[in-house]
Amino acid sequence: MLIKVMGPGCKKCHEAEKVVREAVAEAGSDATVEYVTDIAEIARQGIFSTPAVVVDGTVKSVGKVPSRAEVKTWLGK
Amino acid sequence: MANDCCTPGGNTMILACSGGSNVGQLSNQAAVELTREGVGKMFCLAGIGGQLSGFVQSARDVPNMVVIDGCSLGCAKASLEQARVEMKSYVVLTDLGIEKNKDLNLNPKEVVTVKQAVKAALGII
Repeated sequence: MLIKVMGPGCKKCHEAEKVVREAVAEAGSDATVEYVTDIAEIARQGIFSTPAVVVDGTVKSVGKVPSRAEVKTWLGK
Repeated sequence: MANDCCTPGGNTMILACSGGSNVGQLSNQAAVELTREGVGKMFCLAGIGGQLSGFVQSARDVPNMVVIDGCSLGCAKASLEQARVEMKSYVVLTDLGIEKNKDLNLNPKEVVTVKQAVKAALGII
């Protein structure tokens, strides 16, 4: 599983990355987490605002920091 | 590192039916001008209709939204319903007394009427 946290480097985007990494660790998942700052790649996803979280190509969250519980549901945990 | 996110939290999504009639194109023109004026940000209704996850999830998660349909067929509204997106503010141009026709030469006064109605729906006038 590949999880991309997308954002240009703002405080909320880093918070989203932290939450996702924590949730992955807590769940014992082997998912790979990437932090994407490339504006062109973000734009290709059709995202209205950041931070956004994309799981295996599907956008799961836009414009907010997800909760760890929410992330775990995306992991199937 | 910026302290605030790149997109302000109060940003409003504007979705217009942009259909092939005067009222469809009035909805589009109003959305364009309201975006330029900073009232909100026009977004791709076609992406939602096409069920592309980035567009659909963006519409689901955005705190403020206004949907502009040209007529009571409600194509924009139906697109959101199909994508299971909760609609917030809603404006239908024919409900404003604008008659639907196929003349794509837009009446500037009607553009102003639509923009005012959208602002009223958003509670900013």
